[in-house]
Amino acid sequence: MKPLLEIRNLRLRFHTLRGDLDALFGVNLKIYPGEVLALVGESGSGKTITALSILRLLDPTAEITDGEIIFEGKDLLKLSNDEIIDVRGKEISIIFQEPRSSLNPVMKVGDQLIESLMAHTKISRDEAYEIALKLLSRVGLPDPKRIMNSYPHELSGGMAQRVMIAMALILRPKLLIADEPTTALDVTIQAQILALIKELVREYGISVLFITHNLAVAAEIADRIAVMYAGNVVEVGYVDDIFEEPKHPYTIGLLRSIPKPGYEGELYSMKGEIPSLLKMPPGCHFHPRCPYTIEICKSKAPPMIKIDGNHEVACWLFMEGEV
Amino acid sequence: MSDLVRTEDLKKYFPVTKGLFSKVVGYVKAVDRVTLSIKKGETFGLVGESGSGKTTFGRTILRLIEPTSGRIYFENTDITNLKGKALRSIRRKMQIVFQDPYASLHPRKKVKDIVGEPLIVHNICKKNEVENYVKDILVKVGLDPKDIYKYPHEFSGGQRQRIAIARALILNPSFIVLDEPTSSLDVSVQARILNLLNSLKKKFGLTYLLITHDIAVVDYMSDRIGVMYLGRIIEIADKRELLNNPLHPYTKMLLSSVPVPDPKIAKSRKRMIPMGEIPSPLNPPPGCHFHPRCPYAMDICKRKVPHLINVGNLHEVACWLYEKK
Amino acid sequence: MSSVIKAVKEYLESEDFRFTVALIRKSPLTILGIILVFLLVLLAIFAPIIAPYDPLEQNIDIRLQPPSSEHFFGTDQLGRDIFSRVVWGARISLIIGVVVVSISLFIGIVIGIFAGYYGGKIDEVLMRVTDMFMAFPRLILAMAVAVALGPGLFNTILAMAFVWWSIYARLIRGSTLQVKNEIYVEAARAVGASNLRIVFRHVLPMVITPALVQATLDLGGTILTAAGLGFLGLGVQPPTPEWGLMVSEGRHYISSQWWVSTFPGLMILLATLGFNLLGDGIRDILDVRERR
Repeated sequence: MKPLLEIRNLRLRFHTLRGDLDALFGVNLKIYPGEVLALVGESGSGKTITALSILRLLDPTAEITDGEIIFEGKDLLKLSNDEIIDVRGKEISIIFQEPRSSLNPVMKVGDQLIESLMAHTKISRDEAYEIALKLLSRVGLPDPKRIMNSYPHELSGGMAQRVMIAMALILRPKLLIADEPTTALDVTIQAQILALIKELVREYGISVLFITHNLAVAAEIADRIAVMYAGNVVEVGYVDDIFEEPKHPYTIGLLRSIPKPGYEGELYSMKGEIPSLLKMPPGCHFHPRCPYTIEICKSKAPPMIKIDGNHEVACWLFMEGEV
Repeated sequence: MSDLVRTEDLKKYFPVTKGLFSKVVGYVKAVDRVTLSIKKGETFGLVGESGSGKTTFGRTILRLIEPTSGRIYFENTDITNLKGKALRSIRRKMQIVFQDPYASLHPRKKVKDIVGEPLIVHNICKKNEVENYVKDILVKVGLDPKDIYKYPHEFSGGQRQRIAIARALILNPSFIVLDEPTSSLDVSVQARILNLLNSLKKKFGLTYLLITHDIAVVDYMSDRIGVMYLGRIIEIADKRELLNNPLHPYTKMLLSSVPVPDPKIAKSRKRMIPMGEIPSPLNPPPGCHFHPRCPYAMDICKRKVPHLINVGNLHEVACWLYEKK
Repeated sequence: MSSVIKAVKEYLESEDFRFTVALIRKSPLTILGIILVFLLVLLAIFAPIIAPYDPLEQNIDIRLQPPSSEHFFGTDQLGRDIFSRVVWGARISLIIGVVVVSISLFIGIVIGIFAGYYGGKIDEVLMRVTDMFMAFPRLILAMAVAVALGPGLFNTILAMAFVWWSIYARLIRGSTLQVKNEIYVEAARAVGASNLRIVFRHVLPMVITPALVQATLDLGGTILTAAGLGFLGLGVQPPTPEWGLMVSEGRHYISSQWWVSTFPGLMILLATLGFNLLGDGIRDILDVRERR
């Protein structure tokens, strides 16, 4: 199966007052049609800037220094400004952690939905109103008429996030990028939103790139998981494989750090800290913290190595039969 | 085990004003008649979602927020209305670690001044001795004593939280309120901070009130757990008892909503996810606040507030389903 | 003393300082401001050495001479060397500026921080008083007070300080309202710190910056206002070489002996410009640092 979106060797650099800082070091990622891929990582992993790169929503101080992002045969990084604006919302949509961040605070919700529809498709205002109303109902909002007439600040976090999802899906994009969409929500609301996303994936056949730092959330929603650390993808695989047979020492460490129900002893914690962009270790970025470091790890960055089927790891331990 | 901290019928109502002359049009009942005792040496986990009042409760028992009514007891002394010197001397024994380690440390002060300030405020030692006390406590929380001249922005999130913990510990308190101590931290850092908190508790004989929305954390850390919803405590039990045998429908739904880091369980388990939104604390539903979202709601639930009753096994729940007549 | 030197040395070597220097380098206007202010300060401090003549020495024989190699800025109507007077005038203006701003800053901080932190009635009363003072344009109010107090350097300073503090009170109060709700303030309270301690050791360092920026800008503003008062005859009195007064004295000769008013006027311009550029530069740098 051909991937819907493929990121190849993405490298990104920030131009700051302190000099140039590399933040992405050759990210490779594939998203297939109809799947939910969770991009998991802690702070500084680069998961958010990877996602923002897809739609070219980065800060002007960020420069993509290498790589391609292939979507439906085109390299998104090479599109003109007008062309990428056309892609946003229509082919690829994005929702953020703070649901009210993408909503215009002085415009009614309904008007924003209608405007989005009318800007990209040739329909009348009344038709757009009906579509918007139906969509609000589909995303689980009771009393959609009232929501259409409300301002963003009048909505609760959960409701606003549903509106965001409606806005993101209204033009039937093929890919939805969700950047920590439930992190700011209460646990019970989060469960509702995750269930909603799963339903919509099934109904509309869209793909979702779901970014999160929470492995449990990834376990709930993902088909496949990609783990990122310090600007690299370190492991990719089906969700069951990642949880049952994690290969990369960072993935293993991360899974072991999560408190498990019923466990009473001391929690496992990886030694060391996430490196800052100013002091990135050479070779494999994880080597100073890795319990299994070998000589080559300290100087050369490992490539992605196929373990089996769809399970890949970026770790020298798995090179040429060395386990 | 004796009670270290106890509240009786504690209320904190925030007035809501409207209009030019600030007329009071209603109250947010952030803490609505909470009676709770925390035993010496235990970690009491207080869980809840937005509007539950758990954070306000934590602040109120430390008198950082003034209670509207009710009583707070510390070591059997009524501290509800203490002022001035008396209040200050109680503060030596009750401390707090805040959620956001980026906000709780003064950005323009050095670590030495941040952690050493309690010593100066309470006149514990002379100015030239402060440094030694601070170095000593930094070692105890796993930091390098040479760091005392650095500023908060020179540290990572986990290290800043350690500084905040050091500040809370330096006066040798017996009770610490941990307000979402690891929610702002990465998973790998969280593990270390939780380990640190546990070892400090054992070493110094501390009692913790752990306020959190993270069930995995409260499971790992607590001895007993209390669940709050819209200002009220709706269930209290020993940790294992609550997690294995939740009685209140909200508790069941809350536990069911928590994602588990195991895809097989995630796919196969039966879940009870509540419908609808958490009501606004400005206008909570009458009777039992949870009734509009409760699949088992009866008529009485809409009219009368259920109180905490003991159903055996040190398990208390506020729900009409368990009220025997 | 040695610990102060050590602290200064430490700061100059720190990354913080280097970062600030890098920022300054990127802003030519700020550099210009720094140069102008630096020159002004030099003039003020070394006036006795730089000025070739006694600024008060009259010599009717050489009155109203144009600029020459002997008298760089020419002579005024009483034969006094304008260059020397202008140089000594720097000292006068700078003193006025620094003293007025210092006093106003002090008053403004005290009023603003207590109003902001305690709120309630204290805030209301203090802010109403502040509003009263802010309702008048500064020059007008200063004029009124100067008339009431009478002329002279000391009274000028008093009149201006009386008028100038209100902006600082507003700025500080505004910042205090924000800062008092910060978690680190709550943390200080949790530790048992008294309100007074919190106000001066926790809140003040965080709210003073906008006031300091305003103070830098005001150094220029006070010099300008003092010159205004001097021009109107309400401020410093002759024969003191205050720039505004000099401009006023020279206005009868503007058409033919332009140098009498022009050079002091130019100094007023350069001094005010220098402080304005410096103040703006400081604000921009502080903005960037805050965001970092």
